[in-house]
Parts: sequence; structure tokens; C-alpha cells
Amino acid sequence: MPPVQKLNPPSAQSAEPFWLDPRKRAVLFQAFVLGLVALIAWYLVTNTVENLHRQKIATGFGFLQKEAAFEIGESVIPYSAADTYARALLVGALNTVKVAFIGIVLTVILGTFIGIARLSGNWLIARLAAVYIEVMQDIPVLLQLFFWYALFYETLPGPRNALNPLTGVYVCNRGLIIPAVDPHPAWRIMALALAAAMVVAWVVRRWARRRQDRTGQAFPVFRVSCALILGAPLLAWLAMGSPRAVTLPELQGFNFVGGKTLSPEFMAVLLGLVLYTAAFVAEIVRAGIQAVGKGQREAAMALGLRPAQVLRLVILPQALRVIIPPLTSQMLNLTKNSSLAVAIGYPDFVSVANTTINQTGQSIEGVALIMVVYLFFSLSTSAFMNWYNKKAKLVER
Amino acid sequence: MKTATWILVFTVLLGWTMNASAGTLDEVKSRGYLTVGVNGQVFGFSMPDDKGVWKGLDVDTARAIAAAVFGDASKIKFVPLTAVQRLPALQSKEVDVLCRNTTQTLLRETTNGLNFVHVNFYDGQGFMVPKKLGVKSAKELSGATVCVLPGTTTELNAADFFRKNNLQWKPVVIEQNAELNKAFFSGRCDCLTSDVSQLAGHRAVAPNPQDYIILPEVISKEPLAPVVRHGDDQWFDIVNWTVMALIQAEEFGITSQNVDEMLKSPDPEIQRFLGVTPGLGAALGLDDKWAYNIVKQVGNYGEIFERNVGPKTPLAMERGLNALWNKGGLMYAAPFR
Repeated sequence: MPPVQKLNPPSAQSAEPFWLDPRKRAVLFQAFVLGLVALIAWYLVTNTVENLHRQKIATGFGFLQKEAAFEIGESVIPYSAADTYARALLVGALNTVKVAFIGIVLTVILGTFIGIARLSGNWLIARLAAVYIEVMQDIPVLLQLFFWYALFYETLPGPRNALNPLTGVYVCNRGLIIPAVDPHPAWRIMALALAAAMVVAWVVRRWARRRQDRTGQAFPVFRVSCALILGAPLLAWLAMGSPRAVTLPELQGFNFVGGKTLSPEFMAVLLGLVLYTAAFVAEIVRAGIQAVGKGQREAAMALGLRPAQVLRLVILPQALRVIIPPLTSQMLNLTKNSSLAVAIGYPDFVSVANTTINQTGQSIEGVALIMVVYLFFSLSTSAFMNWYNKKAKLVER
Repeated sequence: MKTATWILVFTVLLGWTMNASAGTLDEVKSRGYLTVGVNGQVFGFSMPDDKGVWKGLDVDTARAIAAAVFGDASKIKFVPLTAVQRLPALQSKEVDVLCRNTTQTLLRETTNGLNFVHVNFYDGQGFMVPKKLGVKSAKELSGATVCVLPGTTTELNAADFFRKNNLQWKPVVIEQNAELNKAFFSGRCDCLTSDVSQLAGHRAVAPNPQDYIILPEVISKEPLAPVVRHGDDQWFDIVNWTVMALIQAEEFGITSQNVDEMLKSPDPEIQRFLGVTPGLGAALGLDDKWAYNIVKQVGNYGEIFERNVGPKTPLAMERGLNALWNKGGLMYAAPFR
């Protein structure tokens, strides 16, 4: 009798004891494991609560509404020591977002350039890129942060002898101080103009693509878009009376007043993370480009496409498919590594959360918050990159 | 992440603290040595010297505890902790006691679940600036960049001080004391704020000590005391009375030099103190020679002060508030009876 028949009749199956049925057995095992996990979780939670209670350590998130009473060095939103712990933590989270976001953008740009340079036909450029990648990859990022930070405060002069390379721009061990643009209604109009120009550019691109599909006629989308995106805000600026007022930073007492300051801590974190992560991104970009078959380029050139078109229309779309998934993980690395900022005094989320933990004594709540916030950052980055990955994926017709 | 914080989370999770009342003394004795959380980066209080030997006022206080428990001041392990790590490390039983220039506050004794024993150094917060800035008073610090340690009362006092006096300031907050000092001494900050004793300690080991001054204002009260966990009264008593024994020995005039002669003293108080008349040690769960061992091996409070931070050391600190109560200070031990 063939074995297939034995499985088929339902009557035979029900007669079997349930532990011989792989499906029922699987359900049983899963229920067992789930129960075990739930039991351990229950044990940990009740035990923790009991221990904290025994040591009379405060619990709960009530502290978030209390006055923080500590100052934070830099913040993108208004903050003072009179604000709550919740606000202090928000300041920290935004500082992390600031350094991670700017860091990711710069890393992708720099990494792409170095990755392409690594493949350059120019011997010197290719070797320089290779040396950069090897050196940066092999030095721990924490050391790099210490190095850049020490470089800022050891080599740069104090504010009273600040270097002044351009009018209103000062470089000293307090950071890079640049003039601040005075508030004017024109700035908002310019932002609106920019947004409008971007929408129009997108519409033009769609229309041009449709027309090319229909008639075969190409339209200079790139040049038109550039003109729109640069021109519209410029026109708005001229129309609003071209405001030019800026506040120049001025040395007053100890430090510069007026203008915007990029602190040495921020710049050291940014520089360290970007230079380190860019080395990995460069290798990813190189791998992506090399993954596209040589024949593709040759075929595209045989069709008469210009080199720029070959890169944009043939190589990049295929390389991106290889590049995006590992690139996502580098972005996540950069975000998570930004927590090393605590070592050189940049007030990121971990730094503020550590102070909060210490002032309130509530480690478990503090660590839980740190985990939740980083999970949120990572999941948002992943979600965005997965969406982008889907778009870049091979579309099968 | 902070190792100590993780250790706290995991040990609490694993329920090792279940037997919080099982007796620190028994644990210390069966382990064979005392573990003490210290700063490790403040000259004069706790810092290894160039031969790797731990030196300082907090270190000697800790040695006195070991002498009281084991009769041997060297049965001790020092665990350097940052300001942020110290309280979780004690809560999670990574250390038996903290001798780490920690300020006694209401919230630390309540929500943090800790107890401070008798103060071993009365301090106050001050500001140190480079002389070349020409600043004479802390009130002139408007707009200054200030280096400060996170997770300290200093951080909060500084915020209060600038708020109260309506001054602008910018904190630079670095967790490692050594890194923070480096940033200050190379000019990243206009001003370093901490307890005056620590400022003196940091200045003593700075590249050019004479280039810095400590401003006259003392903006806070910082009673620095050893810390133990809530819930072990016997251990609290031992640490508390060890600090008081150091003070009482000075008041009695007992020093590490003359302690053997003092054993023959006819004074009944001294006889009780040194265990010639037994009873006090046993009450603490220790050997009756406990105070004798402390003074013999470590010295009295005055000796410890002079040796580590006194006028003949680079810190050159006067006794001030830390003089005995009958010499105009605050050091006052309860009766040994």
C-alpha cells in the first residue's frame, strides 16, 4: 500500500493518538512554550515589584511630571531647569533625532562618494578611498569620538582669541558660531514657495514620463525641476523685499551672544559618527555597483545612452536593490551609536535619561524608557526604508 | 549603557535582593573582604597613587570599616564608580558601602532606598575659574560655560544658583570625572563647579595649579557621608559607629602612635572605647577590639584629614567645619556607652 493513502482518510487520523499528529503536537508545544514565557514574565514582574517595595525604592512614572531642576546644554525646543522631567527627556530625544538625522544624510552622501571613488579608474583616488575605508572601519567609534572632541578643545583657541575666517563666523573651543538670520515673514513665504515648487516638479515629472511613454519625446525634467526648486524661493525672496538682516555674533563677557552656535560636543559626535559609518556605507555602495553585471552597462552604451543616463537609468536602479537593505542597517547603527555621545557630553537621550535615573533613583523605569525610545527610532527608520525598498524592488511584469 | 544600571535591573529581576535583610555583615565576613564604592578620580579623597595604592580620606574611612569588621584594614576591594553609577551599584549590592563623597539628601534617603551614616566631610559647592578670566565672584559668571558632573547634587545646585541669580549659563555635562577635568583645564569651559574639596583635589593634580582660583562663594551645604542600603540596621550601626569612632578617637587624643599606651589609660571611657572593658564591640556584632583596630591601623579622624587633605598636602585645606565640635567645627560623636 502506498504511504500517501495512509494520511488521507480522516477516520484513520482521528483514531490516532494526538501526539502522533504533527499539527496537534506543534500546537501543544507552542502552547507550552507560550505558557512558560508568560510564567517567567509574571515571575519577573511580581518579583521586581516586590523587591523594589522591600527596599522602599519609588516606582511608577509619576516622576515625569515633577520638576527636573537640572539644566541641559543645548536644546532645539525652549527648556529651562523649571520644566518637567518629561520635557527634559523630550529635549534629549530631539537632540538624538537631530544628530541621527543630519548624520544619516551626511553619511549617505559621503559614503556614496567614497564608494564610487573606490571604483575609480584613477589609481590614486581608488587607493585613497581604500585607505580611508580600512582605517575608519578598524578604529572603534568611541575612540574616534574622543579624538574629535579632544581635537576641538585642545587645538582651538578660547573665545577671546577666536579664529574669525569670515565676517560673523567664529571658530573657537566653544564651537562654530555663525550669524543668525533675523525673523522675517519672507522666510515662511519662501518655505511655502519651495513646497509648491516641489509639488509642481513632481507633477511635471509625471507628465513628462507619460508623454515620453506616448510619443517618445524626452523632456528636460531635471533642469526644469532645478529651476523651479531654486527659482521659486528666490522669486519669493525678491518679491518680499529681499530681507538681509542678520544678527552677528558678538563676544560679550565669556561667550558669544547672538548668532547660532554649533557646540564642539555636537560637531564631534556628528563628525565621528559620519566618518565612521560612511566607511561601511562606501563598501555597501561599491558592492551594489559591482553587483550589476558588466553586460548591463555595455548593453546600455550600445543603445546609445550617455554615461550619466547609463548610471541613472540602468546601473543605479539595479544597484539600489542590493544597497538598500544593508544601508538600512547602517542607518540603525548610526542612530544607536549616537548614544555614545554621553561619553563626550552631548546631551542626547541617554545622557538626559541617565541624569534622570540618578536624580530620581528609578533605574527600571529609566532603562525601560531608553529601550522604548530607541525601539521607536529604529522601527520608524526601518518602516521608512522598507517602504523605499519596496519601491526600488524589481517590478516583475 | 551604564553597567551598574544594568546590573541593578538584572539583579533585581533575578530576585537576588530577596534576602535584603539576610545581613550584610555575615555576607562580608563569609566573602572575606569588604567591597567599597569609591570615586577613584578625586585626589585627596580616593585615587590610586603612582604605585597603585589607594589613597584618600574616603579610602581611609573605608579601611576603618574593614579594620572594625576583620581587624585587618587591608581586607578590602575598591570599586571605582561614576556619580551616575554609584547609587544603583549600592542598591543592587554590587558594593557593601559607598565612601564616595556623596551628599546626604532627603530624596536619596527615601525614594532611592538608602541611608547615610555620620558625615565624614562637611563640604560646600564652589566654582573654580582660570585666573586670567579676572573673575572675582560667582555672581560675575553670567553667560559662562560651566563644566559639571551629571547625576550629582552639584548639577542641581548649579541650576538653582543661576536661576536664583537670574544668570545665563551653559552646562557641559560629562560623566567621567577625568574627561570632565580635561575639558575644563584645556579651556572648553570657563568654570568648573563641584564641592570645594574636589575642586582643590582636581587643581592639585592639574597641569598648572597656580593658574586657577576657587571663587569665595560656597553656594550649598554638602554633608558627605558613607552610604548603606535601607533595611539592614546592624550594618548601618557598624558603618555609622566606625565613622564616629574615628572622631571620638581624636577627641580622646588617641592616635595610631599612642593607642597601645592608651590601653593602660585609667579613664573608664577610654577603657570602654578601646575594648579594655568589653561590651561595645559585642553590641555591634564585632570584636571588642574593633575601635582599637581602627585607630591602630588607620588612625583617628584628625590624622586621616591631615594625611590626605590637610595644610601639608597639595590640597592645603583647613579643618574649618571639619574640626572637632570643641574646636569650632561640626565633628561631634555620640557617647560611646
